[in-house]
Amino acid sequence: MKFWPLLLANLGRHKRRTLLTMASVALALFLFASLRTVITTLKAAAEFGSARRLVSTNASGLIFPLPVAYAQRLAAVPGVEKVTWANWFGGQYGDGKRFFANFAVDAKTYLDLYPEMSVPADQREAFLRDRSGALIGSRLIDLFGWKVGQNVTLRGTIFPGDWTFTVRGVYTPTDPAINDDALMFHWDYLDERNDRSGLAGWYIMQIDSPDNAPRIAKAIDDLFRNSSAPTKTGTEQAFNASFATMWGNVGLLMNTIGMAVVFAILLVAANAMMMSARERTRELAVLKTIGFSDRRLFGLVMLEAGAITITGAVLGLGAAKLLYKSTNFNAAGFLPGFDVTGPTLAVGGAIALVLMLASGIVPAMRAARLPVVAALRNVE
Amino acid sequence: MKIPFSYNLRSVRQRPVSTALTALGIALVVAVFIGMLALANGFAAALTRTGSERNVLVLRKGADSEMSSGLDRDAISALTASPHIARGADGRPMASPELYVVIPLARVGDTTGLANVVVRGVSEQAWQVRNNVVLTSGTRPATGKNEVCVGKKLVGRFPHTGIGETMQFAGRPWTVTCQFASGGSAFESEIWGENEQIKPAMRRENFQSLTFRLSDPASFDEAKRVLEADKRMTVDVYRESAFYAKQSELLGRLLRILAVMITAIMAIGAIFGAVNTMYAAVDSRTPEIAVLLTLGFRPRSILASFLAESAVIALAGGVVGCLLALPMNGIVTSTTNWASFSEVAFSFRITPALLLAGLVFALVMGTLGGFFPARRASRVPVAQGIR
Repeated sequence: MKFWPLLLANLGRHKRRTLLTMASVALALFLFASLRTVITTLKAAAEFGSARRLVSTNASGLIFPLPVAYAQRLAAVPGVEKVTWANWFGGQYGDGKRFFANFAVDAKTYLDLYPEMSVPADQREAFLRDRSGALIGSRLIDLFGWKVGQNVTLRGTIFPGDWTFTVRGVYTPTDPAINDDALMFHWDYLDERNDRSGLAGWYIMQIDSPDNAPRIAKAIDDLFRNSSAPTKTGTEQAFNASFATMWGNVGLLMNTIGMAVVFAILLVAANAMMMSARERTRELAVLKTIGFSDRRLFGLVMLEAGAITITGAVLGLGAAKLLYKSTNFNAAGFLPGFDVTGPTLAVGGAIALVLMLASGIVPAMRAARLPVVAALRNVE
Repeated sequence: MKIPFSYNLRSVRQRPVSTALTALGIALVVAVFIGMLALANGFAAALTRTGSERNVLVLRKGADSEMSSGLDRDAISALTASPHIARGADGRPMASPELYVVIPLARVGDTTGLANVVVRGVSEQAWQVRNNVVLTSGTRPATGKNEVCVGKKLVGRFPHTGIGETMQFAGRPWTVTCQFASGGSAFESEIWGENEQIKPAMRRENFQSLTFRLSDPASFDEAKRVLEADKRMTVDVYRESAFYAKQSELLGRLLRILAVMITAIMAIGAIFGAVNTMYAAVDSRTPEIAVLLTLGFRPRSILASFLAESAVIALAGGVVGCLLALPMNGIVTSTTNWASFSEVAFSFRITPALLLAGLVFALVMGTLGGFFPARRASRVPVAQGIR
């Protein structure tokens, strides 16, 4: 790279302009990466789900419960290996400002079905033994400063009253799409204190093979078709996806804003490049006179544009990647596993290249086509 | 002495491309700013308009939404006997014990996901109590029949919502007899039917809430105190308007924070663009500035002149941004009311105040971006500058 010193000298001529333009590109790509990560995180949440797990809900909707007596009959369906169930509790802690998921689970079978929730063996035992015990996500420790062995009181919204649980264990999700800020307690405890007993919110089944999922789901729904509470059974993934669609057109919104941001910064970068090239018209003419070819000048201006946009991209994308990783950001529990993915970085890099081409092309062509005599004759 | 503004206009005309690019950058920031706040506004407006100042909503104590609430018959009859309830023309209390159930419905043209739609079982009085609800066509569901009235925002987005068509939910067919509007509120995303029909169909024993009209609008605090102290029931009493406004709080706040964060980052980028442009302008006009100073214009006037130039470029960008954002007004989108897990449709709402805020925002960007270059202009050394 024998032109490296020339490139650096050109970039250093207007240090402020170069830095500001780089910073604009960095900001734009930081924002782009953040917005796109919202989409990828929601998508990961929607796609999470073991192919070997089915979920049955009441056909009338998730808010309608199913009789807990279904558990036996579900277990008897050919292909179903394990059955567990859970109820949404919807309790609030403290002032209720920080929402977190909390539900009642049939503890033993639930933990069996979710090996993705890793709990130390002794804590698992302690949780299973204590009827009023609770199992909490690791993030709740940071959020509320809870400790194992501590009593925690939730205010019931669906099930009235104050409910006190003893924290017996902490789980760490091994899959980032699982919330690390949920609280789980024993379904038996909910059932005995609740005036309407014997109700499960939804059932989760482990099946023998993913290939049998449609057949087993149909067998389950057929089984309860004419009962008072018919079921709707699907894969766990479809169940999770139904929540993700509840956000509405978030994806479209994020994409639109992302495009606007990138385009706005393109204008800034293109403007800066054009200004630089225009101010250097005479200089470029001199370079041509001493033997620089048109193509070489074109390349030189392009390289300058590339140096600005690619440095900006590395800074912006790198900052996004490191910031969200190091702060363990999850948007108050709404976006578990928020992390800038490889494809996002790649798209960001591609955008930087497009920015380079789009902002450099006009000045570079102008430089290549510059008529030497006319340019030199211009007296500033 | 002030430098004539025409000087700036003529200077701007000397470099149309770079000025236009800068203005356009600012325009995009302003458009995103207005668009995102219009979204937040629309959502808040949909829920805020749902409630009326004169209405009172009663829920079971501790329930944070209508869905998690429950009131038994005894509580309902004790409540309806309250002297704080206004009487209708027929002498009956203007109160509506209601069911609030969320059902999964497939959207038109979307077979993958189901939306959670609110079915509200209302009494006959509900139509008087909620006087912001008006029928746009058809007749109200008849008593004792499986008939429903659908909110305007459901029409066209969900199948079988036309008058005379039949919807299937809760294991029964329901004939649509009317459609209603309520000023863009969340009610427009609901299906209303008679409470005594909905209740058995949904296998409910209890009502979920009671909404009544206050006999005296000023007596809310009094009514709240009396009803919450009543030993026959354990209830929370809310002003209807305040209750729905509170439901929009979480998502509304989230949207606003997002809007501010995104536009702040974008704005910094745009300001950098303006700084670049203005510095270049100052640099290329150094001899001119020196001449102006020689003619006796004060450095202060030069500063003001360049600041004005930057502000005007930004303002032009702001106007373009407003124009870019305006077509968004009225676009219907939907999201979930996380307080009740139900879908709410609402429109982007661009208000004059919002447009004004966008213009002010553009001006601020222009002034900030123009300040340092303008200061440099005012400090041009005459002797060197003129050489």
